[in-house]
Amino acid sequence: MRKDYKLEKRKYVIASFIIIIVAIYIVRLFNLQVMDSRYKDSADSNAFLKKAIYPSRGIIYDRNGKVVVYNQPAYDVMMIPRDVTPFDTLDFCRTIDITPEQLRKRFADMKDRRLNPGYSSYTPQKLITHLSAEDYGRLQEKMYRYPGFFIQKRILREYGYTAAANVLGNIREVSKTDIDRDPYYASGDYTGDLGIERSYEPYLRGQKGAEILIRDARGQIQGRYENGAHDRPAISGRNLKMSIDIELQQYAESLMVNKIGAVVAIEPSTGEILALVSSPTYDPSLLVGRKRGENYKTLVADKLKPLFDRALMGAYPPGSTFKPANGLILLEENIIQPTTTYPCYHGFINGGLKVGCHGHGSPLPLLPALQTSCNAYFCWGLKGMIDNRRSKYGSAAEAFEVWKRHLVELGYGYRLGVDLPGESRGFIPNAAFYNKVYGENRWSANTIISVAIGQGEILATPLQIANLCATIANRGWFITPHVVKEIEDTVMPAETVERHTPDIRREHFMSVAEGMRMAVTGGTCHLANLPDIEVAGKTGTAQNPHGKDHSAFIGFAPYNDPKIAVCVYVENAGYGATYGVPIGSLVIEKYLKGRIADNRKYLEERMLTSNTIIYSGVKKW
Amino acid sequence: MESKSGNSYFRYVDWFTVVIYLLLVIAGVFSVYAASYDFDNANILDFDEFSGKQVRWIFFALGLALMLLLIDARMYETYAFPVYVAVLIIMVVTIFVAPDIKGSRSWLVFGPLRFQPAEFGKFATALALAKLFSAYGFKLNDSVSNYLRALAIIIIPIILILAQKETGSALAYLALFFVLYREGMSGLTLLAALLAVVIFVLAIKYSTPLLMGIPLGQALVYMIVMGLIVAMLLFYARRMLLARNVMIWFAGTALIATVSHFCGYTVNGTVYFGVTIGIACIYMLLNAIKGPAHKLVVTSCAAVLSIAFLFSVNYAFTSVLQPHQQQRIKVTLGLEEDLLNAGYNVNQSKIAIGSGGFTGKGYLNGTQTKLKYVPEQHTDFIFCTIGEEKGFVGSTAVLLLFLAMILRIMHIAERQPTTFARVYAYSVASYLIFHIAVNIGMVIGLCPVIGIPLPFFSYGGSSLWSFTILLFILLRIDAARRSHHNY
Repeated sequence: MRKDYKLEKRKYVIASFIIIIVAIYIVRLFNLQVMDSRYKDSADSNAFLKKAIYPSRGIIYDRNGKVVVYNQPAYDVMMIPRDVTPFDTLDFCRTIDITPEQLRKRFADMKDRRLNPGYSSYTPQKLITHLSAEDYGRLQEKMYRYPGFFIQKRILREYGYTAAANVLGNIREVSKTDIDRDPYYASGDYTGDLGIERSYEPYLRGQKGAEILIRDARGQIQGRYENGAHDRPAISGRNLKMSIDIELQQYAESLMVNKIGAVVAIEPSTGEILALVSSPTYDPSLLVGRKRGENYKTLVADKLKPLFDRALMGAYPPGSTFKPANGLILLEENIIQPTTTYPCYHGFINGGLKVGCHGHGSPLPLLPALQTSCNAYFCWGLKGMIDNRRSKYGSAAEAFEVWKRHLVELGYGYRLGVDLPGESRGFIPNAAFYNKVYGENRWSANTIISVAIGQGEILATPLQIANLCATIANRGWFITPHVVKEIEDTVMPAETVERHTPDIRREHFMSVAEGMRMAVTGGTCHLANLPDIEVAGKTGTAQNPHGKDHSAFIGFAPYNDPKIAVCVYVENAGYGATYGVPIGSLVIEKYLKGRIADNRKYLEERMLTSNTIIYSGVKKW
Repeated sequence: MESKSGNSYFRYVDWFTVVIYLLLVIAGVFSVYAASYDFDNANILDFDEFSGKQVRWIFFALGLALMLLLIDARMYETYAFPVYVAVLIIMVVTIFVAPDIKGSRSWLVFGPLRFQPAEFGKFATALALAKLFSAYGFKLNDSVSNYLRALAIIIIPIILILAQKETGSALAYLALFFVLYREGMSGLTLLAALLAVVIFVLAIKYSTPLLMGIPLGQALVYMIVMGLIVAMLLFYARRMLLARNVMIWFAGTALIATVSHFCGYTVNGTVYFGVTIGIACIYMLLNAIKGPAHKLVVTSCAAVLSIAFLFSVNYAFTSVLQPHQQQRIKVTLGLEEDLLNAGYNVNQSKIAIGSGGFTGKGYLNGTQTKLKYVPEQHTDFIFCTIGEEKGFVGSTAVLLLFLAMILRIMHIAERQPTTFARVYAYSVASYLIFHIAVNIGMVIGLCPVIGIPLPFFSYGGSSLWSFTILLFILLRIDAARRSHHNY
């Protein structure tokens, strides 16, 4: 036997080959099994079906304990496509009351991975959502005929009142963004959209429970994992008590029917919002259940923008309701005393500029000026502050900055921080803004004189205006307005009790409040002069370049122990006295008395039946 | 077994290999049981279950092993060719009579029994190859006809199995090229095969980013060819001066191309590499005229063939391979993540193995394999079960057991006094190398999915018997080596 030693060496090549391969495989195994934890997670989600147990969502009560939002069961038809055998489609459609076309569309949508990225023929898929209880009952009986289908119970919202849709918000299925932002959510969960449902979502939603089931590759359940040792029960959401008086809210909404605008009522001593009306509004139950998508689309397309919460998103010129604020600043800055008089010859006439005014005596001190809503008085006052060469401010810009800072303290120009999403900050210009528009030192009081009477660049939300009214009612402080009073088993955050005190002395508030009282007893707001309630108020008639003036009113009552401060703002409704005062006074009367006096029923009737949308310029039909 | 006088060679049987064999087979049954474990029905010996059937087949296999040990070792050499021819005939018959099972016509069915002739072709082919090499004075490199005869013995069964549409099993016969290498086939052949694989992978994988106007993969292949030319000049032709000049030429042109690229003028890659390599080849051929020619011509040819192969890769990939095979290759190269179709198996098997962790989830505690996430887990993907339930420790242990068996067989091979025995032993080792490398490679996502079983582990009688026959014929021949009377 000859042996070729040269060739024998080749055994080393072959041996190294297999040794290297084994070594590579061991390294690979080490990577897969020890270094990389991704596969462990994948395996878990593969084999364990974490079936969510949905908690019931917190119930929402009004301030008097009336149930406003509660839960109703709803049923989703689920299917595991793999397990579905051919079935009687027509019978199925009849049972749950849909057309075969709709069913076909649902099937197509379900399988469309763009619409339903989680589609798999092995896992449960949602076919039909929100069956009614009757449909559910009928389908349940026939379920045996449809292998692969099952019904999952869900919770939907139901509303006790057709009111406060803008405050309550609604719930919707989570979007991909929600899931990315908060790992709590899984596809198919519900989350709050708009209103309290949105801002108190973490309290309302509770804590999902889970049961862990073992499933095989076909998605079939093989049993509970370790007999349910790892299951977690669901924790119900917390119930909320709103500060809203749902009946007052409903009443204010009815007064605002066929008007565009907002009503905000605040309890001054607590900052609790009693009513927050945005008009036109909508029935909150429109956004529940199977018709939600369709209705939502209609609401979005509506030219009157019912989804836009004008009470806190709308920024309006406050008009004459701004004069009390301006008066406060002028007093605090010592530009005027309550006794200071300014002339008014049918307006403020200076340097070729005229801001018109209406007939009243002249010259006037501050209180009668508030009583009669004298434009000239506040223009002169602002001019005195901004244009005074020997003033303490040095320049017009400096003086204006001081003026603006006071307004910010009074809650204008920035978000108040109400506990609802989407609040607007309104707009208060600063000196830099005017420098930019007119050039540095190229502007004076006359240039910007319309801000003195709440016109021009000044914009505020009805909520801010109402808050100012509450501040005057309190004679010098406010608590950030909020709509939720209590959360079950939770201490309310400090903001709901913390007092904000603007840097303006109480005596000035007393003067301004007195002026507002005079406006009711013998001035522009005489319609609000209730026989047994001392109301103080101020009208506003805000000019706007787009059409008829906006009608506004702020008022509080009772004068010496304020329980309610109201702001009414009706777009394109004319004088403040025509719509603002009646609505405001009716809300005050309703809240304090519980009923409207007979001799004022005509006013109520007029508000309930009048229509100002026709002046808005929005052609809906 | 008791008749010590007549069968004294029994004590010369390589018990080390037998022990590894038994360990693997027993581990196999437990894995099959785990892989097909049903929560409701738990009896490892239940003949209705895969594990029960596997146990039955193991007993058959052990009986078979005993029989093989009892046969006179000389019989294997004597009847090598007749056995080979007989198996070939059965294979041909199979093509025509086999029923279509999952697209392949490779199973012969006799009542309840069915087996794959392709599996039994393995030992027959190994015997035939060994017999060929054992002919007096046979040397592979002596003549082209020797090469052709060796190749014919390997390729005929491959063709027959391809005709049965069992690509995986057919490829396993390519393992016999290791044997040819051991017996004198030029090492360049293996290097060429390696080079071909590298070119294939680069050309398919890097078809997107462009370099000098051509796909990155192509550019890389050109660079490899440049390196190949220099390396062959240095280590194969041993023409140092030529190597230096060619190297300078490559470096210089590369520098010019780079500089001109940054000056705003990019040379087209095909033109650049074509011209540079072409001129290098012409230079070598001119030198071949002057001096010793053979090795320079081979070097030039290697370069040209590599480039020709590069251009045929795309054609081969799209036209020769079937769509599902293309998919599997793309998935392995990470070009596609088709988790629901072609990539599903591999992804699920990676999840199963990866979830095992360092020590595994414990026997029968695997969730992935139990719940049938991994298709074919009791057959081709049996390694998943080990990976999931025994973790890194267990799967490494299995790999090392296989490695030990292969190295032991190679050790046995090298101690054989006859060419027949050595060639046969290397054939056994080669089959094992191929099966283990490919099967485990595919399960852990390093190889494209090729449906071949893991020896001794995978469920199924044909595979188990085939490897048992291969192994025990070897052990019988090896035992005979030391008991002179029997040989």
